[in-house]
Amino acid sequence: MKPRVFTPLVLFLVIGFLIGPFFIIVAASLSGGETLAFPPQGFSLQWVAKVFTVESFRESFAISMLLAIGGTAAALVLGVPASYALSRYKLPFGETVRTIVSLPIIVPGIIVGLALLRYIVVPFGFNITLVLFLAHTALVLPYAVRVVSASLNNLRSDIEEAAVLLGSSRAGAFFRVVMPNIRSGILAAFILGFVTSFNQVPVSLFLSGPGVRTLPIDMLSYMEITYDPSVAALSALLAFMSIGIVFLAERFLGFSRYV
Amino acid sequence: MSDAAFLSLEKLTLAYGDTVAVKDLDLSIRKGELVAFLGPSGCGKTTTMRSIAGLLSPASGAIRLDGADITRVSANKRSVGLVFQSYALFPHLTVFENVAFGLRLKKLPANEIESKVTTGLKSVGLSKFSARKPGELSGGQQQRVALARSMVMEPKVLLLDEPLSNLDARLRLEMRTELQRVQKETGVTMIFVTHDQGEALSLADRIVVMLNGAIEQIGTPEDIYNRPTSRFVADFVGFENIFAVEGGKLKAGNGPLELSGSLPPDTAGLAWRPRMVTLGSGPFQGTVRGASFSGSTREYLLDTPLGAIKAEEDAALAARETGTAIAFDLPVDKAARLKKFG
Repeated sequence: MKPRVFTPLVLFLVIGFLIGPFFIIVAASLSGGETLAFPPQGFSLQWVAKVFTVESFRESFAISMLLAIGGTAAALVLGVPASYALSRYKLPFGETVRTIVSLPIIVPGIIVGLALLRYIVVPFGFNITLVLFLAHTALVLPYAVRVVSASLNNLRSDIEEAAVLLGSSRAGAFFRVVMPNIRSGILAAFILGFVTSFNQVPVSLFLSGPGVRTLPIDMLSYMEITYDPSVAALSALLAFMSIGIVFLAERFLGFSRYV
Repeated sequence: MSDAAFLSLEKLTLAYGDTVAVKDLDLSIRKGELVAFLGPSGCGKTTTMRSIAGLLSPASGAIRLDGADITRVSANKRSVGLVFQSYALFPHLTVFENVAFGLRLKKLPANEIESKVTTGLKSVGLSKFSARKPGELSGGQQQRVALARSMVMEPKVLLLDEPLSNLDARLRLEMRTELQRVQKETGVTMIFVTHDQGEALSLADRIVVMLNGAIEQIGTPEDIYNRPTSRFVADFVGFENIFAVEGGKLKAGNGPLELSGSLPPDTAGLAWRPRMVTLGSGPFQGTVRGASFSGSTREYLLDTPLGAIKAEEDAALAARETGTAIAFDLPVDKAARLKKFG
């Protein structure tokens, strides 16, 4: 095959593979039939409407939102100072710390989830919501450190010294000249963390309990019992939410610079 | 310590961890002086400057400014300004807000800040740019913003790190004039760090030449240029023929050579610029090895029993052929007498 044909074909297949499922889900969610199927049978908005009436969806959506926002915020509270210290000071074991911080990316979530359940929740009887929150914080932390570090590395450190010589304290210099200049990096980290946490399945799978379930897990168990297109409708809604967030982020922050 | 000392460094030792960067440095600077710290990279000039600013605390020794011991005073309370080599402007703030930064921290009334910033920007010719962000300015303009930002704070000492090195030739001249004007108008004591002898010679009232964490020589630009006292300084300012002296004799080539005229006993070496070498007559013999024409002068490389000698002659004189034998002299009365030869 000539590259003139071959290259566009590969491109088409890759794009189709990546976003094809999205179109299938959207189509399936608009189905008029009773079961999840593709191609859809007829057209209706009833499944989209049903999503909002399922109580467990509402509850788990709230939990997922809370985890995504709270966990990411907590990860940033830890991650911003950590990134600052790692990028500005030559710390003993600095590289080791950086590696440890990025471990949750490397270790499969299923292992993290099982470990947390088996060695934290079960023996110590920890509150499952709390452990879920800590787990999500830890999962998001690597992204926070990586993205914030990237924007810190683009910022010259002498502006802090300049601020100090103009009368600012060290801490004041951080808040007056460092924070404003890494703000978009922090926002980018927040969005990345939010999406990561919100879509997280393997860890959350183990950390579910009575009344405590994240939305993806709830969808999973819903599907085990009820095989109707409302899960597709919910998926489509969530996909639109993610697209919206990333679109806004790209538009206002140049998100792609950080990821 | 003379009463005139405004800023003095006393037995100052500076270290990064176990690495001593500056050792037992003594220096006193008068009010309103424009001093250059000159030396190759790694000589301790920037380190010394940073310790004056308070960005590095000394391992031992003291820094006194305007009668007060500021050795342990933190950098934000020293009234010392610093114009960074990279300018270090705050990228998120406008030019106006950059200049106003320190004044706002002082909690001055808004109208006073406004008038000081306006005056400051006007004095560096950037009034029109007050609403711009630093990223929208050229390097030269950014530097002037940095200068204004430091100057509105009315510092007792203004430090400048390589102020001319990032500028092109035309801007260099402009900035040099600018710095001299600011210094003259405000009478601020200025210290700038440079590795460029031309910069130091043209701008400073006094030059402090540093090497390996110690002062090699202090003097006016004329002193440094014409009367270097150490081998390093002589070499740095263009004395290309440098010889050690031992027991009143020149130590070179095949052995000690008698010199015409006597030398003070502390003479450790003698140095001549190429143009100080007399060609065509004298007690020494050499062979012309090479010649290069540079417009107004011709430079010759001579093979001599003393070693290689560089000489220079007016280009209006007839060129000397490569390979010809030539008599020459190294006149002792013209030579720079070096007290330190190491």
